Amino acid sequence: MVAADWPGVHPEWSREIDVASTSAPDDPGTVRRWHLLDNGAQLARRGLTPAGTLLCVHGNPTWSYLWRTLLAAGTDPAQPWRVVAVDQLDMGYSERTDTFRRLADRINDLGDLTDALSLDGPVVTVGHDWGGVISLGWALAHPQQLAGVVLTNTAVHQPVGSRIPPALRLALHPAVHRWGTTTSDTFLRVTHSLAHPPLPAEVRNAFMAPYRGAGRRAGVGNFVADIPADASHPSYPALSGVAEGLRGLEVPALMLWGPRDPIFSDRYLKDLIGRLPQAKVHRFEGAGHLVAEDRDIATPVFEWLAELGRDGRADLQGTNAPAVGVPPLWAPLTELAAGAAARDTAVAEMAADGNVARTLSWRELEQSIAALSAGLTEAGVGHGSRVSLMVPPGVDLTVALYACLRLGAVVVVADAGLGRGGLSRAVKGATPDFLIGIDRALAAAAVLGWPGRRISVRDLPAVRRRLLGVETSLGALTRRGASAGPELPSRGPAQAPDPDADAAVLFTSGSTGPAKGVLYTHRQLAAMRDTVAETFGIRSGARLVAGFAPFALLGPALGAVSGTPAMDVTAPRTLTAGALADAAAAIDATVVFASPAALRNVLATRDGMNGAERKALEGVELLLSAGAPIPEPLLAEVQRLLPGASLHTPYGMTEALPVTDISLEEIQAADAEAAAGTIAGAGNGVCVGRPVHGARVAVVPLAADGTAPGRDFVTEAGVTGEILVSAPHVKEAYDRLWLTQRESISLPGWHRTGDVGHFDAAGRLWVEGRLAHVVTAAGSVVTPVGAEQVIERLDDVGLAAVVGVGPSGTQAVVAVVETVPPARKAGPAAPQLAGRVRAAALAAGVSVSAVLAVPAQPTDIRHNAKIDRTRLSRWASRVLAGGRLGTP
Amino acid sequence: MRVLVTGASGLLGREVARLLVRQGHAVTTFQRRPSGVDGAADFCGSVTDGTAVGRAVAGAEGVIHLAAKVSFTGRAAEFDEVNVEGTRRLLRAARAAGVRDLVFVSSPSVANSGAAIAGLGAEPADPEHAHGDYSRTKAEAELLALAADAPEFRVAAVRPHIVWGPGDTQLVERVLARASRGRLPLLDAGAALIDTTYVDNAASAIVAALHRMEHIHGRALVVTNGEPRPVGELLAGICAAGGVPAPSWGVPGGVARAAGAVVEKLWTWAGRKDEPPMTRFLAEQLSTAHWFDQRETYELLDWTPAVSLDEGLTRLAEHYGS
Repeated sequence: MVAADWPGVHPEWSREIDVASTSAPDDPGTVRRWHLLDNGAQLARRGLTPAGTLLCVHGNPTWSYLWRTLLAAGTDPAQPWRVVAVDQLDMGYSERTDTFRRLADRINDLGDLTDALSLDGPVVTVGHDWGGVISLGWALAHPQQLAGVVLTNTAVHQPVGSRIPPALRLALHPAVHRWGTTTSDTFLRVTHSLAHPPLPAEVRNAFMAPYRGAGRRAGVGNFVADIPADASHPSYPALSGVAEGLRGLEVPALMLWGPRDPIFSDRYLKDLIGRLPQAKVHRFEGAGHLVAEDRDIATPVFEWLAELGRDGRADLQGTNAPAVGVPPLWAPLTELAAGAAARDTAVAEMAADGNVARTLSWRELEQSIAALSAGLTEAGVGHGSRVSLMVPPGVDLTVALYACLRLGAVVVVADAGLGRGGLSRAVKGATPDFLIGIDRALAAAAVLGWPGRRISVRDLPAVRRRLLGVETSLGALTRRGASAGPELPSRGPAQAPDPDADAAVLFTSGSTGPAKGVLYTHRQLAAMRDTVAETFGIRSGARLVAGFAPFALLGPALGAVSGTPAMDVTAPRTLTAGALADAAAAIDATVVFASPAALRNVLATRDGMNGAERKALEGVELLLSAGAPIPEPLLAEVQRLLPGASLHTPYGMTEALPVTDISLEEIQAADAEAAAGTIAGAGNGVCVGRPVHGARVAVVPLAADGTAPGRDFVTEAGVTGEILVSAPHVKEAYDRLWLTQRESISLPGWHRTGDVGHFDAAGRLWVEGRLAHVVTAAGSVVTPVGAEQVIERLDDVGLAAVVGVGPSGTQAVVAVVETVPPARKAGPAAPQLAGRVRAAALAAGVSVSAVLAVPAQPTDIRHNAKIDRTRLSRWASRVLAGGRLGTP
Repeated sequence: MRVLVTGASGLLGREVARLLVRQGHAVTTFQRRPSGVDGAADFCGSVTDGTAVGRAVAGAEGVIHLAAKVSFTGRAAEFDEVNVEGTRRLLRAARAAGVRDLVFVSSPSVANSGAAIAGLGAEPADPEHAHGDYSRTKAEAELLALAADAPEFRVAAVRPHIVWGPGDTQLVERVLARASRGRLPLLDAGAALIDTTYVDNAASAIVAALHRMEHIHGRALVVTNGEPRPVGELLAGICAAGGVPAPSWGVPGGVARAAGAVVEKLWTWAGRKDEPPMTRFLAEQLSTAHWFDQRETYELLDWTPAVSLDEGLTRLAEHYGS
């Protein structure tokens, strides 16, 4: 044992201590020698008084080395904590006892150790893997000292009826167990290989060091053998004791998780969240079992420690009004169903042939929702259940959504616009209890192993049901619910969920990293409805056609008649002018919602419309299009198609929709003023107008390094910064992303959007791009959108993107352009084009070093408009360093 | 100030001497051929001649040392004798003569092992990994020079990157000659981002260094125009200015580098005086990124380049009358 050979460990931390054992496998009077990493002596020598002790317990087959970053952080004079990381007996550098120590013994062992250490003051336990269970066992046995618990990739309970993970089944198999865990070092090697990115050789060596030779690995094998695979196992009662005991544990909890873990997957995290609902949870997307190796866990742990004692949920709440009662989201629907309009059409769904496929009156809609609620209740959906809805907009989605909301279930709305991989990550991370889906979604769920009990939209033949693992269908549930009689559980205000209970998880498009789940409460959804109603004047009685999911769902909540056009919702580009017009005609539409991508296709297919269809579009009074910026010329063309409509392009994001609003006329005026230079601050970006009803918007000025580190926010003309929004309809939190959430609300009362922009002297907001895409050249901070717009005005240029290459602060600015006609392959633009692009950018104040031409920009799937500038920047860096061209 | 400029017959040395004369300094120039700088006292000689060096440096308060064997081919011993030993001689003589400040004009290639450089500052000179005899000997000489830095004898190194301008034989003439014979391949489709230095900017930076010794002695600074460009575009600009058709075909960089190395060796063995069509050095220069963080240089020298790349190309075009 040579502490100097362990990278990241201060030799002073390594110590041994003799502990009198009271555990069952040992004879009375037995003394065991433990090895610890303990910064106590170091703190004392430096005269630092720790705030408390972190008691860190490793799992199998690691050792205290796993916690070295916590020891280092605890030694920081700014926030000293004593960190005691133990090597469990038979593990690491602690004694090899030649006994078989079970879970209960190990929990008792840990108590013996802390008695010997005479730990006083508050203790926060930290555990990983099976060390998580042992740390929690200690926590339950020492309530007087316990101040909090930290858990990383662990589990306390095997859900009834489910099997333990295949990897563990293999390790436990009699033919494999002894050889795999003890005789050979396979189990160690496999565990170390779970790190993402791979462990450096010297770290891998340090993890392996105490386990060289089969004689030192008996503990590894015994640990595996002690996993209670079922209730007959000797350690099952101890594990159940911990699992059940947790439900009464009220101390603050932090869970840091690596979801790429073949053993402790998201379902165990979900189980733990159910037992410790107060826990702060952060899933590090892309990290795995050895999350403490894959990511910096010390920073979040110590930030969380600094907050200990504050109100559990207060810091998650950003911009919300104080809790007062609000009418439920569906109040207008209930009213209409009971009133004079009860038999009027509430929802209509179009068929591909241009005819109406299905309609429901307000009364029918109300009854369907009530019946399905009852059926879902019987199937086990209840308050807080997570229900993934993979149903295209239309009657079924409307009914299922409102049925779930009424029950207090949390709807998870992940769309195909995330791409297959993104969608799968999103669904697994949200761990729905139920999945209601169309056939295609159910097939994907079966193949990709999405969690949740499966409910089909249509009734399926028995064989197919079995194949897809489908339990029941919406139809069957509705019939069951309807037959339950008039005592429907969802009727009456008594059952209305708490306005501050979670209602929905929506997903960001993932154009700047993995898609994030965004949690909304009932109050916030109602506020979104009210904001839309107030800002756009959409009242009860309005008739709207929506080919865009978020808005399609608001119809009944607005008391508005909703029509869904026939289209492939997974591809908004497939909405044709005829399909839109047919839907408008069917309900005599006054309002149309359509995504920018859908609008492009509507324009492309406008010649296929007949006279009646043209007529139907002429009756539209308001068009809303959101999700991505729309060039003014495109909108002007849309105006010719909808001559009677006021065209609005609200700006917002999944976390706050909408934030600002602007009409076509206002866009044209803003552009003219920017060109004329008559209004200070007008120009350099996309003008998105003024804040919507109830919203406040400000910016935190950018610093020279391209970040927005300040605490002061401004609305002064011409000052570029990160855009902040405060409104009643801003999200509750990011789902299981505690760190991301903290960052997003680091200015109390505001949501940081991650967008950058500025105001003009007329109070209009101009969006200049994403904070993550800001380029920091020497002496100037360049936001991409302004220069991109100027470049895109060149005749032979389509989409343009401005990115940086090289080190922050001295980056070279690169313009990547799609040419018209498209370039045959990606590479440097011809000198002539490069010269014109450079001159155009310079006119916008941006000095471009290189111009690269690409056949097509990499864009997001949902909007087909947001350019992945991070990816482009990586590609440009390689090409401009002299590397191979390839494609971005 | 009485200033000695060595190597003043070259493109950059001449410009440095002229600038010093314009600033009113008493300028002596030292090189093998007459410098042709009006207003400067010409002193002909070689840095390989210790006596001549001693005479040239007598009475100088400041020295700007540009004299060097600048070539991509030749015997290693020649490079050592001129670049390393010549610098050693000059340092010794200057210190003995009571010179206060010495600016060693170096090259970013002293710290370049062949990898792409994207936005780095002046890394330490590394003779062991520098490519080719020129870079290796300049690296050794720079280390010698900076090691001689002392309170009473201040030494700094300035590394202008690819100096060009009207009358430049190193880059411009070579590019034009090859392009006109159709022998200038567009390496890697000309995508590598390259920063260069227009000669006036290099000269003003070097003179600024002499005036800012209290801030920079003991260190090396890279100097460029701060306007990196894809090399294809840069060469096309030079060709356009010279009235010659631009390169139009590509040779993969790896192939060109290997071919360049072989040709370079053959030329050296054959003792040919003219340059090979593609040396490895040039191939590297044209197929991997070379651009630099200029923030510290600007701040320490209290200087910025006055002539932009486009303005430089315009002047080049005027020079060639195209």
